[in-house]
Amino acid sequence: MNLSMKWLSDYVKADMPVKEFCSALTMSGSKVEGYETEGSEIKNVVVGKILSVVPHENSDHLVVCQVEVGKDAPVQIVTGASNVNAGDIVPVALDGSNLPGGVKIKKGKLRGVESCGMLCSLGELGLTKHDFPYAIEDGIFIMQEDCEIGQDIQSAIGLNDTSVEFEITSNRPDCLSVVGLARETAATFNLPLNNPEPVYKGVDGDAASMLKVDIHNPEKCGSYCAGIVKNVKIAPSPRWMRERLRASGIRPINNFVDITNYIMLEYGQPMHAFDLRYVEGAHINVRNAVNGEKIVTLDGVERTLSDDMLVIADEKKPVAVAGIMGGEYSGIMDDTTTVVFESAYFEPTQVRRTSKKLRLKSDASSRYEKGVDPMINVKCLKRAFQLVEELGAGEVVRNYIECHAKEYTPASVEFAPQWINDFLGTDIPEAEMTYYLNRLEFKIDDGKVIAPSFRIDIECKADIAEEVARIYGYNNIPSTEFRGVAEAELTAEQKFTRELQNTMVALGGYEIATFSFVSPRNFDRINLPADSKLRNTVTITNPLGEDTSVMRTTTIPSMLETLSFNYNNRNDKACLFEISKEYLPVDGAELPVEPQRLTVGMYGGNVDFYDLKGIVETALAKMGISDVEYVRSGNSDAFDEKSAMHPGRSAVILKDGTALGIMGEIHPDVQENYGIGTKTYVAKLNIPEMMNAAAEEITYKPLPKFPAATRDLSLICDDEIPAAELEKAIKGAVGKILEKVTLFDVYKGKQIEAGKKSVSYSLTMRSHDGTLTDEQADNAVKKALKALAAIGAELRA
Amino acid sequence: MKEQLKKIEELAKAELASCTEIKSLDELRIRYLGKKGELTAILKQMGKLSAEERPVVGQLANKVRADIEEALSEKLSALKASAQAAKIAAESIDITLPGKPQTIGKLHPLSKVENEIRDIFMGMGFNIADGPEVDDDYHVFEALNLPPDHPARDTQDTFYINDKILLRTQTSSVQVHVMETQKPPIRIISPGRVYRSDAVDATHSPLFHQIEGLVVDKGIKMSDLKGTLEMLMKKLYGNNCKLRFRPHHFPFTEPSCEVDIMCFNCGGKGCSMCKDEGYIELLGAGMVHPKVLEGCGIDSSIYSGFAFGLGLERMVMGRYSINDLRLLYENDVRFLEQF
Repeated sequence: MNLSMKWLSDYVKADMPVKEFCSALTMSGSKVEGYETEGSEIKNVVVGKILSVVPHENSDHLVVCQVEVGKDAPVQIVTGASNVNAGDIVPVALDGSNLPGGVKIKKGKLRGVESCGMLCSLGELGLTKHDFPYAIEDGIFIMQEDCEIGQDIQSAIGLNDTSVEFEITSNRPDCLSVVGLARETAATFNLPLNNPEPVYKGVDGDAASMLKVDIHNPEKCGSYCAGIVKNVKIAPSPRWMRERLRASGIRPINNFVDITNYIMLEYGQPMHAFDLRYVEGAHINVRNAVNGEKIVTLDGVERTLSDDMLVIADEKKPVAVAGIMGGEYSGIMDDTTTVVFESAYFEPTQVRRTSKKLRLKSDASSRYEKGVDPMINVKCLKRAFQLVEELGAGEVVRNYIECHAKEYTPASVEFAPQWINDFLGTDIPEAEMTYYLNRLEFKIDDGKVIAPSFRIDIECKADIAEEVARIYGYNNIPSTEFRGVAEAELTAEQKFTRELQNTMVALGGYEIATFSFVSPRNFDRINLPADSKLRNTVTITNPLGEDTSVMRTTTIPSMLETLSFNYNNRNDKACLFEISKEYLPVDGAELPVEPQRLTVGMYGGNVDFYDLKGIVETALAKMGISDVEYVRSGNSDAFDEKSAMHPGRSAVILKDGTALGIMGEIHPDVQENYGIGTKTYVAKLNIPEMMNAAAEEITYKPLPKFPAATRDLSLICDDEIPAAELEKAIKGAVGKILEKVTLFDVYKGKQIEAGKKSVSYSLTMRSHDGTLTDEQADNAVKKALKALAAIGAELRA
Repeated sequence: MKEQLKKIEELAKAELASCTEIKSLDELRIRYLGKKGELTAILKQMGKLSAEERPVVGQLANKVRADIEEALSEKLSALKASAQAAKIAAESIDITLPGKPQTIGKLHPLSKVENEIRDIFMGMGFNIADGPEVDDDYHVFEALNLPPDHPARDTQDTFYINDKILLRTQTSSVQVHVMETQKPPIRIISPGRVYRSDAVDATHSPLFHQIEGLVVDKGIKMSDLKGTLEMLMKKLYGNNCKLRFRPHHFPFTEPSCEVDIMCFNCGGKGCSMCKDEGYIELLGAGMVHPKVLEGCGIDSSIYSGFAFGLGLERMVMGRYSINDLRLLYENDVRFLEQF
C-alpha cells in the first residue's frame, strides 16, 4: 500500500518529519517499508516561457529558442521539437540539471550553436499522458498549469508529494486505505481524525425508478447499493485527483473510472461504474452463475462460469463477476450518458474461491477476499456523488438504492483489563486501556468491547490485548523470566546424532547441507534399476523445476552432486559428510517416513576404499557398534544404490544380519555421469539401524594382570580367500585367549606365486588366570595353523 | 695418619675438580673409596694406633669418606646437568617449521549456530522436539488458525504433494504435534527444514531452516516472551545487543510481533546494511492464539503460552557476514573450511 502524504493530510494533521511518521507507525503495527519523495530525481528544472523561436542556421530540423526562466537574462536553448511557439510555458532543464533515470543536462553546442539546457517532454520528466492528458506524448510538454516563470517544476506540476510504502498484514485490510491509515496515524500520535460524512446536492429523482436491484444470495452478498448519475461528461479528472492516484501507484484513466479508484484507495471499498444502457431490463440481479454461462471480462478474455460463482447480471446475461471484474461491454465509454455506481459487500471466501477458480485477480478482488468494511457501502456511494459534483462530471440522481440482505452485528468481546495485564505482564490502568481503545474507535459498553465495523479481525480477548499493547507500545512491556522448573534432556536419537556429528568432524569430515528435494534424473545417473523401490518418491506437484521436484529416497545423489561441484571447482580433495533425512513413501500411509542417514563422500589425495572403510569402522566403533561384517554389495539386496558402486569394491555393512549401510567406490559410469574425473568413495549408513546396533552401556573391563604373548604369522593363500575368512579361522581356533588379531601386511608380487597372496597377522594372546607359557602360546598357534590349512592357507616358508 | 687422610682428601678433591666425564667419576670412587681403595688401605692400618688415637682418626677417616662422597655426588649432579644442558642445546629445532598435517573436519555453519542455539535453550530447560517435514494441511495450516481460504495462505508459497499433503512452510507445525501429545507445562524448541516456493537467489532458497520455540503453562505472559528472547540474543550476540519488538500478524499468535535487532553495522543510526532502518529483522513471535491451544485440547482459560520462530540462515549470515545464501548449500570445501 502506497500512501500519499498530501492525501493523508486531508484526514489527519500529520506534519511531523516523515522519518518520525514512518517509525511511529511501524511501531504501532503498520510497517513502513520505505518512502519516496516524488520528483526527487529532478533537480534544477524550472518553468520557462518561450520568447522567440528562430530556425537553426545549420539545420533544417532544429530551432533556437530564447527562453525566460526567471533570471536576469533569457537563456538560449536549441531543440528539435516542432511543437514550441513563442509564448508557450514549458519545463526547462537548465545547465547542470538532473532528470529521472540519472540523466544530467549540461550546456553545449548543437551544430555550432550554443544551447544552455533542454526543453522537456512528459517522458523526460518521468510522466505520461495520463498525468497531463492535455499534453502530447512526442513533443515538449506545453504546460497549462497555474504557475510562475522560474518556479521549480516539482511544485509547479505538483510532483512533490511523498509516497510512503506500507506492508499491511492480512488481518488489517482496513489499513489498505487512506482513511484506514489516517485512523492509525491519529491513534498512534493521539491526533484528531477528520473523517466527515460526504455531502452532495443531487437532482430530484429516484434511482429505484430507473433500476431494480435484487439480491438472490444474501449469504454471499450482504448488501448492494447503487446510485445513478445522468448526463455524464466523460473527461480527464482534475490534476489533484490524478496526482493522488499517481502517488498511490494507480494510472489515471477518466473521471468516472478515476472516481471509483479514488474511493477504493480512500476507503478501501471497491466501487464499480457501468453504463446503464447495457443493463438489459434495467434490472440488476445478484445471483449465482448458471453452469456454463459465459462472460467476456474487461481484460477481453471469455470466461466460463459455474454455479458456485456469484455474478451481477441483468435480465439476460452476467454483466460482472461479483467483486472481481466487470464485463467488457458494460464499462464506461466515451459516449456513456448514464452511469450506475455499485457499492456492495461481497463475502470474502466467495470472491477468493471464484478468483482462484477463474485465475482472475483485480484490485477489487484482492480487497474483497481480504474483507472490506461491511457497513461502508452507503458512505462510499455518497462520496462518489460528492466527487461527481465536485468534478462537474454529471447530475446525481438524489435518491439511491440501498439493498441490505443481511443484518450486520458488530464484533463484541469481553472487556477484561485485569486479564489483559496478566496476559501482557503489564500494569496498565483500566482508564488508560479504555482511552487507547477509544482512539482506535472501539466502544466500551457494559463490560464489552465493541469493535468498529471495519475491524473484521476482532474475535477474542487476545485481540483486544494486542490493540492495547500496540498503542501502549510493545517496547514498554517489561521483560521477565518465566517461572517453573523444567529439565531438558536430549532424546536418545538426538544424543546419538550429535555424537556422530562430532565423531565425523574428528575423523576429518566437512559437514555439508544439501537440498531434500532432487531431480528424478538422479535415479538414472546412479544406474538404479527401473523397478527399484527408490524410484517411488514423494513428488511435489508444483515444483520450482525438475531439479527440485522429488523428495529424495536416497542421499547418495546429493553427496555425488556436492562432490562433483567441488571437483569441478578444482578443489583437489574433499572429505564430506551429511546427517540428513530420506523421505520414503509407506504403502497405505498418507505420510512418508523420514529416517536419518549418515552420508560420507570423498575423493582426491590418493584415497582408496580402505580410507573410507577406516572412517566407517572408526565411526562405528566410536558409536559403540562392534563386530560388524562387510559383505560384497552384490551379495545383499539391502541397498538398491549398490548400482552406483563398483561391484568389486563395495560392501554392505551388516550387524547380526541387519544391514547398517553401504559403502564403496563409485562405479566408473556413475562417476562419469556426475562429471567427477577421479576415484570417488561414498558410504551411506542408516542411523536408526545404527542406534539399534549400538551397545547400550559401556562396562569397564579390568586391566590385564598378566602379560600377553604375541606371535606373528605370515600366510600364503589363494588371492580369492577374503581376509575376513582367515581372521574367522584364527579366532575360532585360538579361542578366548585371543585378545587381538591384527593384519599388518598383504603382499602380492615377486616371490609369490601368481594367484596367491601373502597375508601377515599379529596375534595377541592373554589369559586372565596367569602368564601364558610359551608352550600354551605355541599350541594356540598350531591350532590356528591347522584351521587355516583347512581353508587353504599355509604358513609362508 | 692424619696427614695421610688429609692428603687423600685433597688429592681426591683436586682430581674431582678436573674431572669432566661421568664415567671417570666411578674410577675415582673406586680408587679412593673402593674396597681396595686408598682410604680403605689407610683404615686397615688403624689397628696400629693407640686406643686414644683410634677413635679420633676413625672419626676423621669417616669425615674424609663422607666429604669425598659428597664431593663425588655434587660433581655427578653438576656433570649430569651440564651433559643434559649440552644435549638440550644440541636438540634445538626450528619451531617455526609447520606441524605435521592432521585431519580434522568442520561443522557446517548452519549446524554450528544451530547447536549453539540448542545449547542455550537446553540451558533454559527447553527440550528439543522433532516433527515431520512432509506433513498434512491440518498440522501446517488448519490447526494453526489458517483455515482453508485464509488469505494468509497466499503468502506461504507452499509446495504440495497432493490436496492434503504438503511440505511444511514453517516449523510451527511442530507446535501442534507437540501439544497433541504432551500436556502443559511445555517448553520446547524445534529446529528443522522448511520449504517455500522461492527461486534460489542471494537471499532466497526454496529450502531453509527455522527454529521454533514454544512455551505453554499457567500464567505465561508476553513479558516472558520478551525476557526469553532477550536472554537468547544476549547469549548469542553479547550483552550490548538491543532488541525491538514490533507489532505484526501471524494467524497462530495473538498478540504477534516481529523482533528486530539493532544493526550490528551502524548501531541503530541507519546504514545500507539495515536499509537505513537502524534495525535488522530477526524473527517472528507472539502469544499462542487461544484457538490454537483449544484445537490441541489445551484449555486456554487455564493455560497460555508464547511461540517464536527464527530463521537460522539469517542468523548464520549475520554471524559470519555471509552475503549470499547460496554458499550455504553449495558446500564448496573452501567455504566449509572457514568455520
